[in-house]
Amino acid sequence: MSRVARHLVIGGVAASAMLVAAACGPSGTGSSGEPAGEIAELDYYADQQGSQAWQQILDTCAEETGIRINRQTVPTDQLLPKVLKDASSRTLPDLLFTDNPTLQQIASTGALTPLTDYGISTDGYYESIIKAGSYENEVYGLAPGVNGLALIYNEDLLAEAGVEPPQTWDELTAAATELSGGGKYGLAFSAVPSEEGTWQFLPFFWSNGADLSKVDSPEAVAALRFVTGLVDSGAASKSVLNWNQNDVADQFVAGNAAMMINGSWNLARLDEEEDLNYGVVPIPSPRPGTPPVVALGGEVGAIPATGPERQEAAAKVLSCILAEENMLAWDEAHAYVPSKVEAAERFAQDNPAMRPFVTQVETARSRTAALGEQYPKVSQALATALQAALAGQQSPEEALRTAQEQAGRS
Amino acid sequence: MTVLAQQRTEPAAPTPHRRRRRGGYRLAALAFLLPALAYVVLFFGYPLVNNLSMSLRDYSVRSFYTGEAPFIGWDNYAAVLRHPLFGEAVFNTAVFTVGSIAFQFGIGLALALFFSKRFPAGGLLRSLLLLPWLLPLVVSGAVWRWMMDQDHGVINAALRALGLADGPTPWLTSPGWALPAVLIVNIWIGIPFNLVILHGGLRAVPESLYEAAALDGASAWQRFRHVTWPLLRPVTAVVLMLGLVYTIKVFDVIMVVTGGGPANATQTLTTWSYQLSFDGDFAFGQGAAVGNLLVLVATVFGLLYLRSARSSLAEGGS
Repeated sequence: MSRVARHLVIGGVAASAMLVAAACGPSGTGSSGEPAGEIAELDYYADQQGSQAWQQILDTCAEETGIRINRQTVPTDQLLPKVLKDASSRTLPDLLFTDNPTLQQIASTGALTPLTDYGISTDGYYESIIKAGSYENEVYGLAPGVNGLALIYNEDLLAEAGVEPPQTWDELTAAATELSGGGKYGLAFSAVPSEEGTWQFLPFFWSNGADLSKVDSPEAVAALRFVTGLVDSGAASKSVLNWNQNDVADQFVAGNAAMMINGSWNLARLDEEEDLNYGVVPIPSPRPGTPPVVALGGEVGAIPATGPERQEAAAKVLSCILAEENMLAWDEAHAYVPSKVEAAERFAQDNPAMRPFVTQVETARSRTAALGEQYPKVSQALATALQAALAGQQSPEEALRTAQEQAGRS
Repeated sequence: MTVLAQQRTEPAAPTPHRRRRRGGYRLAALAFLLPALAYVVLFFGYPLVNNLSMSLRDYSVRSFYTGEAPFIGWDNYAAVLRHPLFGEAVFNTAVFTVGSIAFQFGIGLALALFFSKRFPAGGLLRSLLLLPWLLPLVVSGAVWRWMMDQDHGVINAALRALGLADGPTPWLTSPGWALPAVLIVNIWIGIPFNLVILHGGLRAVPESLYEAAALDGASAWQRFRHVTWPLLRPVTAVVLMLGLVYTIKVFDVIMVVTGGGPANATQTLTTWSYQLSFDGDFAFGQGAAVGNLLVLVATVFGLLYLRSARSSLAEGGS
């Protein structure tokens, strides 16, 4: 071996040793009982506006607690795969913000720690968000803000056509039909073949009295028939099959849709459009006088088991994020509804446009409350049924019967 | 006798020496092989074995953290084969693969022949044709999705303006149209690859053969059929083989353009494998089983290619 080669080999060995050392990371610091000085945080607020707002909250809490927060953001659909990967390699973040219907999935692995261990209180929160964050009677996740869907309408287009914002299904059909024509549609919503599609369909499904434990009930079929009817009659575009909720907002902003079903997080973006005057009403319900039931949205913060010091530090940061003034700051910036009942009431008084969302959160339902870990499976089956019915491949009855079979298969 | 004995032992004398040297060569050869071998074992062997083991286990979300995944034999494969979506996914994969390769290759070859003639701005045009290859798939997929929008897409507007279509074509919203739509996108993406490799192959065909053929009075078609085509065959085999492997594993294009919808009309084995693993079911074992079936198909075609390459080499040698 020449001298150069020997040096190369030694260099290579040294480099790989360093790599291995780096990969192992700062572990085994010994348990001194003191919270760690820094934590790793993972979230999916990847859009510019949401990312900035979230960073501000993290900065505030880093300052308040004196703990450095190493933030990592991934696109929404990559969060769960990343968490699973991290779980198997034991490199989970210390603080994790995940979509609430996936929390039970993650908690079921045993990777999360109950929040009561850190003295984080659940007092004053909406019952539904506590349910969404619980697994086997332990609370594993709490949200600084929740959201839900509502009907957002273009005030100018409705005034032009002399149409009032609809409150019932019949009124919605009539209004959407009236507002359609000339390449424009009365209503836009999302029916993509994923959780996003199910989430948009659930307000119709639940408000009509259907239940996720039996997705082919007559109430469920009637709900699907109503939504399919909107597309078949031309009151909504068939492209809803491909539109995610951002696309729906694009269509609304472009004036191609007079009304849309969408979440509160879009309001900040709508406010940026100077020529756009919009209003918000709760999602129309099947019968007058009955309040609509929407699905509860929003991300919950959870603390994976990464070692006592780091968990303690993560708990301090989470408590700070959940503190009322930070909760309100985040909800204000991102147009979410505070997850504490009293804070939400004050919030609605200060932000009238958020009133319909706050009203709906009171009756909103957690998607995983009844089904728990089984929810994602049923959700997938329901989204497939929605697609099959809207594409005209199956009748609503057939589509939901298939979905029930699919959901029942283990 | 002694002479004879001496004669016998003399050539035998250097053997131990030579053997030692040969052993040294073998060790050196092995040492040179080791990095490649380690790479293959670590980055191909390990994931493959892992995937195989996963497909034989009941691998759930929980398994990721606890590491416990009970062995269940061929149950995952049985579940996948009995699944109502299996037939549809196989059919879609076959149509998608065959359709993509046929058109990519046909159009790529035609363009390669076109650009093998020298003409002004030919080089510029050829490099522009590479664009689909250079764009990130997610970007081109998203743009195609807008262009194929039923109501406001530029494709339907163009068809209407040209008077080629009465009503809007439901590219991405009708189960019947969605597969052709993603097929078109994938063909567009694959043409540059075929064009570049085939163009390179054409360059290697000696000009003198065409001159000789022309002297013999061969027509353009005859020149293509009897000069270009046979000499291009090795390149053709490589292009088709790589095309097959690249196409059968296409995931991103379909995911971005249709997400497997509408109503599973564009679900191929790759997107279905992902759906089984990550969307709702979290049946990682079944997802792995579908992945292994794909690996198997690709391997079979790879072996077929190697065999044909070896026989054509032997042909060339004789």
